[in-house]
Amino acid sequence: MELLIPNPGLVFWTSIAFLLLVFLLSKFAWKPILQTLKIREESIDEALKAAESAREEMGELKADNEKLLVKAREEREQLLRDASKAASMIKEGAKADAEVITKRMMEDAKAGIEAEKQSALAEVRSQVANLSVEIAEKIIRKNLENDKAQKALVDEFLNDKSFN
Amino acid sequence: MTSLFKKGIKTFKILAVILFFIAAPIFVANASSSEESADKEFSPSEMIMHHIQDTHEFHIWGELAMPLPIILWTDNGLDVFMSGGFYHGDGTITTDKGSYVLEHEHIYYAGELGEDEHASKPLDFSITRNVFSLFLSFALISWVFISIAGKYKKRGTSAPKGMQSFFEPIIIYVRDEIVIPNVGEKKAGKYLPYLLTLFFFIWINNLIGLIPFFPGGSNLSGNIAFTFTLSVLTFLIVQFSANKAYWKHIFWMPGVPTPVRFILAPIELLGTVSKAFALMIRLFANISGGHIVVLSLASMVFMFKSYVVGGVVTPFLLFIMVLELMVAAIQAYVFTLLTSLFIGTAVAEDDHH
Repeated sequence: MELLIPNPGLVFWTSIAFLLLVFLLSKFAWKPILQTLKIREESIDEALKAAESAREEMGELKADNEKLLVKAREEREQLLRDASKAASMIKEGAKADAEVITKRMMEDAKAGIEAEKQSALAEVRSQVANLSVEIAEKIIRKNLENDKAQKALVDEFLNDKSFN
Repeated sequence: MTSLFKKGIKTFKILAVILFFIAAPIFVANASSSEESADKEFSPSEMIMHHIQDTHEFHIWGELAMPLPIILWTDNGLDVFMSGGFYHGDGTITTDKGSYVLEHEHIYYAGELGEDEHASKPLDFSITRNVFSLFLSFALISWVFISIAGKYKKRGTSAPKGMQSFFEPIIIYVRDEIVIPNVGEKKAGKYLPYLLTLFFFIWINNLIGLIPFFPGGSNLSGNIAFTFTLSVLTFLIVQFSANKAYWKHIFWMPGVPTPVRFILAPIELLGTVSKAFALMIRLFANISGGHIVVLSLASMVFMFKSYVVGGVVTPFLLFIMVLELMVAAIQAYVFTLLTSLFIGTAVAEDDHH
C-alpha cells in the first residue's frame, strides 16, 4: 500500500522539474526545432516539385530532340536520295555524251578512211594510166622500129578508115 | 567467411557489454544487502522493496553511499541538512530546529515515534534518490534538446547530424504519428511542445531507471508520485482545453433518451477522472513491475547460490532487460498517445451530429 500513496515531496519536485522543463524546452528547443523542421520539409517539398517540373521539361526537351532527330534523318535520306538521283542522272548524261562522241569519232574516222581510200585509189589509177601509157609507148616504139611494121600499121588504119 | 567471423566477434562484444550491465545489479544488490544481512538471511522481497521505494541516500557500491540533502518544513520552519546521520550511528539527526529519525524512509520527530502509527511528521521535501534522479534527467534532457536546437539554428535546413539525426525521427514520429492524428492538425501546434516534453521526460526517466548502477537505477518513473503528477497535469490540460461539445457529451449526451442522460452524466464525469487514473496506474505498474522482475531474477542467484541457476537466469535476465528497454519506450509512447487522445476528444469540433 505504501507504494500506492504519492509522496508530497516527490510530487512537488516532479511538478516543478517537469513544468520548468516544459517551459524551457518549449522556448529553447521545440520552437526552433519544429520551425526548422517545417521549413526544411517545405523546402524539400519545393525541391521535389522543382525536380518534377525539371523532369517534365527534360521530357519535353527530349521529345523535341527526338522530333528534330526524326526530321534530320528524313532530311538526310531525302538528300541522299536526291544525291543518288543526281549522280545517276550525271552518269546517264555522261554515258549518252560518250556515246555521241564515240559515234562522231567513229564517223570521222570512217570519213577519213574513205577519203584516204579515194585519194589512194585516185593515185593508183593515175599511176596505172601513166604506166600503161609508158608501156604502150614502149610497146609501140618496139613494134614500129622497122619500116615494114610502120607501113603495115598505116595500112591497117587505112583499112579501118574506109573513105567513103 | 572472415567478415562473418568478425561480425560474430562484434556481436559477442556487444553481448558481453550488455551482460556486464546486467550482472552489475546483481553485485550491487549483493553489496547493498551484505552490510545488513551479514548475519541475516538474504531477503529478496526486502531488497526489492528497498529498491522500488525512494531513499534519502544514494547507494553507490558496497559501503559507499552518497548522502543527499534533507529539506524539511517543520513546526519551527525550514530545516536543511545532509542525510548521512540517518544511516550511521544512532540514526538520529539533531539540528538547532529539532531532532529527527528516519524509519522506513519516513522522517519523524525524534522521540515521537513510538507505537503510534500517526506520529507527527515534518513535511519532507528532501532531495531523495528519486529527486536526484529527476534533476539528473532534467539536466540531461534540457542539455540534449537545447544543444540539438542550437544545431538546428546553426545548420539551418541542411541534413541532420549526430545527436540531431538520432532524435529527429523520434520528434517527427511524435509529431506526425502521435499528436497530429489525435489532436488534429489545427490544434496540434499548441499542445506539441508539452507532449514532446512529456514523451522524452517519461522515456528518458524510464531509461535512467534501467541503468543498473549509479547515478541510474532509481525507480523514479515507476514511483506513484511521478505518475500521479503527470496524470494530474494531463487531467488539468484536458479539462481546461475542453470545448462546449466535450462538456455537452459529458452532462447531456446527445442522441440518447433523456432518462439515460441522467445515468450517463455521472459515469462520464467519473470517466474524466478514471482516464487520468488509468494513466497513473499504467505507468507506475509497468515500470515498477519491470524493476521487480529484473531484481527478482537477479535475486534468484543469491537465493540458490548456484552457478547453474546463475547460468540459466542470466540469459533470461538479458531477455527481460531488452524487453524492459522496449517497455521504456512503449510506456512513454502510450502515455503520450493517450494524453493526446484525451486532448483530442476534448478539443474536437462537434461535427459528427
